[in-house]
Amino acid sequence: MANPSAVCNGHLHHHHHQKQNNLLKSGIYKKNGITKGMKKNGISNGTLYKKTFIEHFEQAPMYVAVLTFLGFGVGTVFGYLRDFMRAWGLEKRNVATEREQQKDFVPLYQDFENFYTRNLYMRIRDNWNRPICSVPGPQFDLMERVTDDYNWTFRFTGRIIKNVINMGSYNYLGFAETDVNALKTVTIELQKYGTGICSTRQEMGTLDKHIELEKLVAKFLGVEDAMVFGMGFATNSMNIPALVGKGCLILSDELNHTSLVLGARLSGATIRIFKHNNMQSLEKLLRDAIIYGQPRSRRAWRKIIILVEGIYSMEGSIVRLPEIVSLKKKYKAYLYLDEAHSIGAVGATGRGVVEYFGMSPDDVDVLMGTFTKSFGAAGGYIAGKKDLVDFLRTHSHSAVYATSMCPPVAEQIIRAMKCLMGLDGTTQGLQRVHQLGKNTRYFRRRLHEMGFIIYGNDDSPVVPLLLYMPGKIGAFSSRMLEKNIGVVVVGFPATPITESRARFCVSAAHTREMLDTVLNALDELGDFLHLKYSRYSKSSHPELYEETRLELED
Amino acid sequence: MDIKSMKNYLYWLYCQFELITCSCLMEPWEKLLFYTFNITMLVTVLYTAYIFVPVHISMAFQFFLHLFGNQHENTVSIVK
Repeated sequence: MANPSAVCNGHLHHHHHQKQNNLLKSGIYKKNGITKGMKKNGISNGTLYKKTFIEHFEQAPMYVAVLTFLGFGVGTVFGYLRDFMRAWGLEKRNVATEREQQKDFVPLYQDFENFYTRNLYMRIRDNWNRPICSVPGPQFDLMERVTDDYNWTFRFTGRIIKNVINMGSYNYLGFAETDVNALKTVTIELQKYGTGICSTRQEMGTLDKHIELEKLVAKFLGVEDAMVFGMGFATNSMNIPALVGKGCLILSDELNHTSLVLGARLSGATIRIFKHNNMQSLEKLLRDAIIYGQPRSRRAWRKIIILVEGIYSMEGSIVRLPEIVSLKKKYKAYLYLDEAHSIGAVGATGRGVVEYFGMSPDDVDVLMGTFTKSFGAAGGYIAGKKDLVDFLRTHSHSAVYATSMCPPVAEQIIRAMKCLMGLDGTTQGLQRVHQLGKNTRYFRRRLHEMGFIIYGNDDSPVVPLLLYMPGKIGAFSSRMLEKNIGVVVVGFPATPITESRARFCVSAAHTREMLDTVLNALDELGDFLHLKYSRYSKSSHPELYEETRLELED
Repeated sequence: MDIKSMKNYLYWLYCQFELITCSCLMEPWEKLLFYTFNITMLVTVLYTAYIFVPVHISMAFQFFLHLFGNQHENTVSIVK
């Protein structure tokens, strides 16, 4: 079982190991030399990866983990104290409790999730679910809200905080805009069709707009046919049960999104999990599946399907598509690629991870994506061979029971896609993709230089910044809001308990000044909150590296 | 000027302590309880150290001196 990419150069093999310290700084001269070498040759020399694949998953120093546990320990102790006081009536009860008649039944609210919600989440709850009152473009308006009783209830003061820089919306290409010229066709369609469909796809809900959109999506992705659905989450959870059933095997990545997990569980197939982006783990599972077959009868599996995502939104990592495709071809499995965050955001012309790795869309059996992130609309699609899509048109739960996409939203997607493909006569789409790439690389480079720990691939517009300690989650978010920057922080149930993070989503609509404002604020806040844990920060003098590169070129 | 930067540094250290032990999230009476407990423990530890550590060190010192002292006498007696 030779790992083909290891043949290429030792440099790539370094970065395959997850949770290993990133040796980018020491290896930077190697990176430059080898990159130049590869470009000079001009031939792919049989390797799977045509460009360098660099991912960072640096581990923080040990004292950070110790202090994180200390913080959670103190929180837990106080949680028990408060629960005790509530149980004995020393404190007013704001939480859901059982009634007197239910006290002898099995307790409802005793598990860790509820304990955590009551005692830890409530204290910092004001950082989530903040209502906004404008379009979520690069800047937006927030409704100010205050709490009188430590986050149990909120009230709005009536004031609106204007022009908060938006680092949390999935607005990768900046299509969430209210410019009248841009939305001209959408307004026309709104006046022509109205807003409601009042039917499902199979009854009376298929409009000519849907047919036009599906043809456009198929042309955009370079596949035979596509089908669109009204909701991105429902696309996954309602279509996976239509594709697999009992007697099939699903191999799903550790960190897959809830919609994929829900769809897999609803289908009734056997689910096996492989470690995140780890090809050795996946290959072992595939070999075991083929050698041992189904659990009791030892028959061959009816279908083996691999569920992966293009970009994982909590880690910012990109899937290792070339390796997965070669594994799938070797072991005769199927591949379901969920490009929710990567469609429009990566790739030279915004066509997703398939284009990013230079592969053909025929290699992936089921291409799925959403229009929520890069297209400023709502809904999802599934694309692939015509047989697959025809099957889904008749057998998908979403087609039979769910309302179809409404026409103005479909028109917004059509205009965004036409802009991306260049069919509207301008190069605006391509400019947006390039601007996103530039913004992403600039933002990530500056954050690395400052010394923060950032997870993920260098080309992914999702940038998780690690905070680790529970006390810092609330402090980070509220201080950034004071500086007029809106960020999304993520804590326990969505991430491992010790790795809470702030997640930035870079957008093509962000200007250099906005990014600089954010970076300066982060610098200041990083010093004040002591967040710069990285032991491998590059120096902030890139001119020196330029010189090194020139020397090696001789 | 130096006093000011010293005060700023101490304030920064206090903020770090608050962040790490989640005491910035606590309500005022919880903070009072937590700090009282911490300061009491700290004072107890320091007081215990103040009372007992010099006595232990001097006892240990005497023990080692006695050990080396005995050896010295033994060598003297052999020479005799």
